[in-house]
Amino acid sequence: MNPPETAAATSTQVAEAPAVPNHYLNHSKGFLSWALTLDHKRIGLMYLVGVLGCFALGGIFALLVRTELWAPGDTIAGMFASPGSSPQEVYNMWFTVHGAVMVFLVIIPGVPAALGNFVLPIMLGAKDVAFPRLNLGSFYLWVIGALFFVYTLFNGGVDGGWTFYTPYSASQATNVIPALLGVFILGFSSIFTGMNFVVTIHKLRPPGMTWFRMPLFLWGSYATALIQVLATPVLGITLLLLIMEKTLHVGIFSPEYGGDPVLYQHFFWFYSHPAVYIMILPAMGIVSELISVHSHKRPFGYQFIAYSSIAIAVFGFLVWGHHMFTSTQSPAMNAIFSAITFSVSIPSAIKVFNWLATMWGGSIRLTVPMLYGLAFIFLFSIGGLTGLYLGTLSTDIHFHDTYFVVAHFHYVMMGSALIGMFGGVHHWWPKMVGRHYNGTLARISWALIFVGFNVTFFTQFLLGSQGMPRRYYDYLPRYEIYHKISTVGSYMMAAGFLIMAFYLLQSIFGGRKSPANPWGANTLEWHCTSPPPHDNFATAPAIEDCYDYSGIDYDAKIGGYTSRANP
Amino acid sequence: MSEHESHGDGHHAHHPHQAHHWDSMRQQFEAGKLGMWLFLATEVLLFGGLFCAYFIYRANYPELYEYGHHALDKVWGAINTVVLLVSSLTMALAVRASQVGNRKQLQAMLAITFLCGCGFMGIKAVEYKAKIDHGYLPGKLFNYAKTIEHEHEGHAHDGDHHDDHHGDGVAHAEGVFGAPAVSVVAPLEQTAQAQPAAPPSGLSASASRVAGDHAEHGHEDGDHGGHDGYLPVDGRPPNIHIFFSIYFMMTGLHGIHVLIGMAVIAWLLVVCRDGRFGPSYFTPVEIGGLYWHLVDLIWIFLFPLLYLI
Ligand SMILES: [Cu+2]
Repeated sequence: MNPPETAAATSTQVAEAPAVPNHYLNHSKGFLSWALTLDHKRIGLMYLVGVLGCFALGGIFALLVRTELWAPGDTIAGMFASPGSSPQEVYNMWFTVHGAVMVFLVIIPGVPAALGNFVLPIMLGAKDVAFPRLNLGSFYLWVIGALFFVYTLFNGGVDGGWTFYTPYSASQATNVIPALLGVFILGFSSIFTGMNFVVTIHKLRPPGMTWFRMPLFLWGSYATALIQVLATPVLGITLLLLIMEKTLHVGIFSPEYGGDPVLYQHFFWFYSHPAVYIMILPAMGIVSELISVHSHKRPFGYQFIAYSSIAIAVFGFLVWGHHMFTSTQSPAMNAIFSAITFSVSIPSAIKVFNWLATMWGGSIRLTVPMLYGLAFIFLFSIGGLTGLYLGTLSTDIHFHDTYFVVAHFHYVMMGSALIGMFGGVHHWWPKMVGRHYNGTLARISWALIFVGFNVTFFTQFLLGSQGMPRRYYDYLPRYEIYHKISTVGSYMMAAGFLIMAFYLLQSIFGGRKSPANPWGANTLEWHCTSPPPHDNFATAPAIEDCYDYSGIDYDAKIGGYTSRANP
Repeated sequence: MSEHESHGDGHHAHHPHQAHHWDSMRQQFEAGKLGMWLFLATEVLLFGGLFCAYFIYRANYPELYEYGHHALDKVWGAINTVVLLVSSLTMALAVRASQVGNRKQLQAMLAITFLCGCGFMGIKAVEYKAKIDHGYLPGKLFNYAKTIEHEHEGHAHDGDHHDDHHGDGVAHAEGVFGAPAVSVVAPLEQTAQAQPAAPPSGLSASASRVAGDHAEHGHEDGDHGGHDGYLPVDGRPPNIHIFFSIYFMMTGLHGIHVLIGMAVIAWLLVVCRDGRFGPSYFTPVEIGGLYWHLVDLIWIFLFPLLYLI
């Protein structure tokens, strides 16, 4: 914008010339240079590897669950049952591990800790996050938490569902304590990431990066970080109380010992509803970037999108009671929670309409990240609207604890949060590893995932509305056809993700080198080389309007975009 | 925003404690402080869950607190409150000393704060010891046998002025067998079973009244009898273990935080010897102090809620 500043921007873009450019991946070598790194980019990359690994683990359990449900009665669970356990118990363990791994190890850390760590400081124009050591500590806490889960896996698994509802979790369920400790530790990992991001955004914005010049991903991450800091401690104390209940029978959550199981539900959802927004808000931030960059057009209603992130974060704290509509909550409370739940749809809809308006009249390119962005809008609309069915008191009585909830939840958690995350992975992959993935394979994979997802989960809306309860090992013959369709869909998704694993790995070794700016974006990370240099910026970057695409032109020679000001 | 006012001087000689990604010591200090405030918010929320449990159970079962708090020693609690308040003062003085670079005073104040922490934990240990001796423990560890035993002993060889009262109590405890249950809480069969020594869980209204009288009595003459700290057998709410669960979880989590705070102070005592703290760098002392004040503040709420009301 200001001529003197554009001159400074040039200096951030020079590193293209040397034969072996120095970047964060080859800056230092050896195991310890990674294990003890304080570089937010390396920590983000390690998180990404861990998160994707856990995604594969959780996915395997999802496939086991779907395969078991292929037919009524015992399908495969019996094969995994040890002499002391029944196939039903094995099945209970499968869906519990699937849920707990996907929620606590994959989706919650997925966007903030993996992609956020990599992208957020560069987008902001900072050299690192505010507290790099805390950042590394957060990663190791994540690893320890994951090890607790692995421990339970090798000791007969954990059952009772990812929500750990009392009284079951306090009395009979197996291996609950190591799993709860794992979640407790993961909670602290999440808190530290959140603290880091809040302080980074407050204190490390370079001169010129005002709040309303921040890219929308940063607004989404900021709102997420606030929830991480303010909601996670409540989960922490809830889990500690549950551990106490289980070991000492303190009499707080379990009626057997004088406690109140609905109190547990209140405590749990006071965290876990906002946690849904920990999962979805950063994905919404990613989609705001994807839609704007790949439509080559300024986001429509920037301030509305930014404020709606904050509004969702605030409303998110006030709706937890919608999980207890059928658990003896008073009618007055039900009505209040129902009304506030509806109000969350306002900021959510603002975002959807703004994304659509952003695309209107833009020069849309159906790149792979854009395909994920479009899938997000489609799936999130279905997921969000079916949420209203569940927020409505009368219909929730019918849908509660059926596959309708499972389908809604997966449309939001997987169809939105994870699809958004994979959109971000595909968008920033060339930046992270400096290589392009195979576009054709990526499109095939996207199509399999998108179609497979709808085949799997749209069917479950039908199942649920006909009364199929969730978490059941067996079912009536009339549900069989839906279960079969749903299982086929899950195999399609599995094929899609296998292809994705293949082309992402292949790109690291044989992919085409990525130019600094392959998408024609204008946020700061695309002004760095691909991959970025060790400390991001040689000098403080000049802050321009990050959504001004007017000076960005395609250069066929390098296969990427250059800024007209610095060719 | 104001944090970049000193951006221009970011490139001359860095302070040894300035990390590479900060422009100035001031920016780094403010970030550290903001981070600590956020962390304190998480601590408040962590305790918030326990306070929430406290108030919910207080609203549902007021008799638990009415009866149970007599087992807590107000005098030790009050002394501990004073100890922590003094330590907050010395911690504030330590922060001041670090800001002006007075190393001697900083060490003295940190040492006093640390000793106050030791004193607090020592007194807490004395209190816990008494609870353990009496069998007033959380959840399934709660044990009523010693109380009953004590009640009988008191009957046998304590002075005569107790006699009628104890006789009264025992009579009630036995009379309760046939008395209709007070409807405040449904008898918790399983809880009672888990504690074989416990008297039957049904109470009569008169029994709870006697319990109140007796407890006050017990406190007045707590010094010369062997029965200070013991609760009367009669009038025991059947789910009294919940009171002690809440007491131990709240004070226990607080105690862990005191220990963490003491570890931080000990670390500050070690590192401050090289004189690293002064007007341009005192962040660790400042944020350690913030943490210590929060620990004190939580106790200021715990003391009246558990001991006094
Ligand atoms: Cu919810």
